[in-house]
Amino acid sequence: MLDAMIDWLQGLGRKALSIFERLGRAHLFLWRVMTGLPQAFARPGLVVAQLYSVGVLSMVIIVVSGLTVGMVLGLQMYNTLSDFGSEESLGQVVALTLVRELGPVVAALLFSGRAGSALTAEIGLMKATEQLAGMEMMAVDPLKRVVVPRFVAGFIAMPLLAAIFSAVGVMGGYFVGVGLLGVDGGSFWSTMQSRVDWHEDVLNGIIKSVAFGFVATWIAVFEGFDALPTSEGVSRATTRTVVHTALAVLGLDFILTALMFGVD
Amino acid sequence: MQQTRMVEIAVGFFMACGFAALFVLAMKVSNIASIGDNDGYAITADFDNIGGLKVRAPVTIGGVRIGRVINIGFDEHTYQAIVTLKIENQYQKLPTDSTASIFTAGLLGEQYVSLEPGGADTYLKDGDRVKLTQSALVMEQLIGRFLFQKASEGNEK
Repeated sequence: MLDAMIDWLQGLGRKALSIFERLGRAHLFLWRVMTGLPQAFARPGLVVAQLYSVGVLSMVIIVVSGLTVGMVLGLQMYNTLSDFGSEESLGQVVALTLVRELGPVVAALLFSGRAGSALTAEIGLMKATEQLAGMEMMAVDPLKRVVVPRFVAGFIAMPLLAAIFSAVGVMGGYFVGVGLLGVDGGSFWSTMQSRVDWHEDVLNGIIKSVAFGFVATWIAVFEGFDALPTSEGVSRATTRTVVHTALAVLGLDFILTALMFGVD
Repeated sequence: MQQTRMVEIAVGFFMACGFAALFVLAMKVSNIASIGDNDGYAITADFDNIGGLKVRAPVTIGGVRIGRVINIGFDEHTYQAIVTLKIENQYQKLPTDSTASIFTAGLLGEQYVSLEPGGADTYLKDGDRVKLTQSALVMEQLIGRFLFQKASEGNEK
């Protein structure tokens, strides 16, 4: 009985220690990436190539989901708002929802699914096929050559993707609200502009998306770099990237929202 | 070489889209276009009760927005709320005996300051105080007064 309990305690302790160990490795890794950042400016070509695979290739899914989310928001909010006879505030509701929350959060989730998983799989596979070790043999630091450009590209791409998501979403809301449901176009924009504040709403949304971009790319490149160099290890790391990014983004979103909008 | 060129063009397109989206959010969605109207002159008005008036609420004359509330303070000596209004520079001819009232837009809408022009020949300048003010109507006070009146009517019968 006592033995079983001590075994259980040991298992718990081992799990906790391994979690802390991973957290520590992740932070050391982040520190090494940060010190390698000047390298990205020395070879901007690498960053541009990564921006293509992280940013440009994510654009289709971001634009399509932004449009549909905006359209659905317009439709749903119209039905509720028309109960109160205030369909004109549709623009303000759609814009605030997108700019404050949905834009950064959904863009970050899509980003981790589309680009983060690809980053992890790519780096993990490079590790599994010993390309990273090969680079080290040639005295090329794989961290600076492989990880830093991807990190910088993700960090740049994410806020832009979130902005595209929000802007396209507002267009979708406009299309449904004004085009299909007959809300007055002038009041759609005027209620939006009177209520959406550049600093309070738009800038805070951008700050959120920058934070999410940082976390999402960090998790993606770390999981790839830390993956077990086997096919199973890479597949697990890819799954972990998506799951951990989703959890981190949602948790961080609550904290940031509380900091930004919770206290007046 | 051609490959690199295509990639760079695509990345350029992506960056341009991102910045265009930011621009749309700034200019079309948010109120940054009206932030520039900071130039104006400030006048103050003391109210007994400002109700739910907030900073950045509009200031109107006859329903037309001519400025906004930039500060709400409290005077410890008179126990009145001091509301600072910033009036846009193009509206210079507000008579000194204008009345400032706090109204509500719609039944549940936001509160705003309405100026009622007086007949004086002199005009309000920067730093002037509007002397005639009318406080916000607080719903609870109205209902309380109404109930009190009803009750006293009942007593008379």
